[in-house]
Amino acid sequence: MRYSVFTLAQQALKGHTGWPKAWRQVAPQKAYDIIVVGGGGHGLATAYYLARNHGMKRVALVEKGLIGLGNVGRNTTIVRANYNLEGNEPFYAHSLRLWEGLEKELNYNVMFSQRGVINLFHSDGQRDRFVRRGNSILLHGADAVLLDRDGVRRYAPMIDIDNSRFPVMGGLLQPRAGTARHDAVAWGFARGADRLGVDIIQNCEVIGFDIQNGVVKGVETTLGPIRAERVGIAVAGNTSTLGRMAGLELPIESHVLQAFVSEGLKPFLDCVVTFGVGHFYVSQSDKGGMVFGGDIDGYNSYAQRGNLPMVEHVVEAGVTMIPRLSRVRVLRSWGGIMDMSMDGSPIIDKTPVEGLYLNCGWNYGGFKATPASGWCFAHLMATGEMHEVSRAHRLDRFRTGHSIDEEGTGAQPNLH
Amino acid sequence: MLIDCPHCGPRSNEEFTAKGDATAKLPAGDAGPEAHYRHVFVRDNPRGRHEEFWHHTGGCRCWLVVTRDTVTHEIFEVTTASEHLERQASGGKK
Repeated sequence: MRYSVFTLAQQALKGHTGWPKAWRQVAPQKAYDIIVVGGGGHGLATAYYLARNHGMKRVALVEKGLIGLGNVGRNTTIVRANYNLEGNEPFYAHSLRLWEGLEKELNYNVMFSQRGVINLFHSDGQRDRFVRRGNSILLHGADAVLLDRDGVRRYAPMIDIDNSRFPVMGGLLQPRAGTARHDAVAWGFARGADRLGVDIIQNCEVIGFDIQNGVVKGVETTLGPIRAERVGIAVAGNTSTLGRMAGLELPIESHVLQAFVSEGLKPFLDCVVTFGVGHFYVSQSDKGGMVFGGDIDGYNSYAQRGNLPMVEHVVEAGVTMIPRLSRVRVLRSWGGIMDMSMDGSPIIDKTPVEGLYLNCGWNYGGFKATPASGWCFAHLMATGEMHEVSRAHRLDRFRTGHSIDEEGTGAQPNLH
Repeated sequence: MLIDCPHCGPRSNEEFTAKGDATAKLPAGDAGPEAHYRHVFVRDNPRGRHEEFWHHTGGCRCWLVVTRDTVTHEIFEVTTASEHLERQASGGKK
């Protein structure tokens, strides 16, 4: 069913009892043309664009639990395209353009809100770096505005601009950036893919790959074997676990990132702000909760929960930036498992196993990339060629010395 | 997470700096680019038991090798890095 004002009126008259399920519950068939492993945002977007852009008819998406219970439902919902390097910025600029048309495309309200993202800077050196990044963003077709102190004060008056230790000098604003409703993104892509004939198979865990003479023939799952000549992996923090089943050696470490939401407040902050001294980012959800996060905990982890020292660290940074947050009560915190790559940038590439494709290394920037990641991964699997905006996201770039290290931290995943 | 430092006793993990996988060994200088690539970039990233370096930056400043479960955060063993190396050199069991 297409959602419109007419179907809404129709259903209202029936007391909203006639809405059909947004996607079908299906059992796996014996064989498909393409299997996408992982029912998170990226896997769902990949399945959607395989059907939508490439006319693939026999596509299956397998998910070990229920869709949307992994990182796509565990992030701080920020969408932005403010990267610096040639290998990354065109990709994220493409993603932002897709976000702008996503609701119409999916016929689903993902509540994409272009409320702007401000990165604060606090020193001359940091300002110069942000100016350079802003120019890079503009050159690649996204938007950036340099704010001075008064600009920041006008835009976000609650920030402690005159902080005695870390006075704010200004900020780099991206007006087209913002937030989206994360669960709706998963549901919208799932519904869209389902309407185009993709089988979304939940509670179906991949437990092995059928690889013969270096060529993939299908996957082994808890619901039995499924055959396919092409298999794409998009499983975020579990990438190494699945890669091991296929004999892959990967430049990935799994780390836990915590995020937090406060009790609901009246409208207080109408943009996204990131601190320039500590690592802290905050926005206000439409329900009123302050949604915020900081650094990863810093050690390898597969547990979807973190430790208290990072909670304290994040809250300290937040209260330094916005002192009046000190009396706000935190309602919930949660953890997601990040597939940290060794240079902080993602991988969308073929693997040494023929027919096996890999989408991973999103660090903690995967949510904003959801549409473009699906778009480019679908392009790669359907055509065998890397998409133009994702050419640099190669798996072998570490071996050949073409790392895309935005932060300049080297092969230290816990510092990205 | 409490790490039982051999010198300082049990301390909160905020006193320590995680320094990554302790099984990644620096290859010999003439081992060739492939060995160095694997040392710098490739990680086992196990789900479960993991040997890793932690630097007691807020304490005795010793480098430790912590054997920890990456799913439960349970810590099985903490040794100093030098003791860890001696054990490896003597081929002794962990």
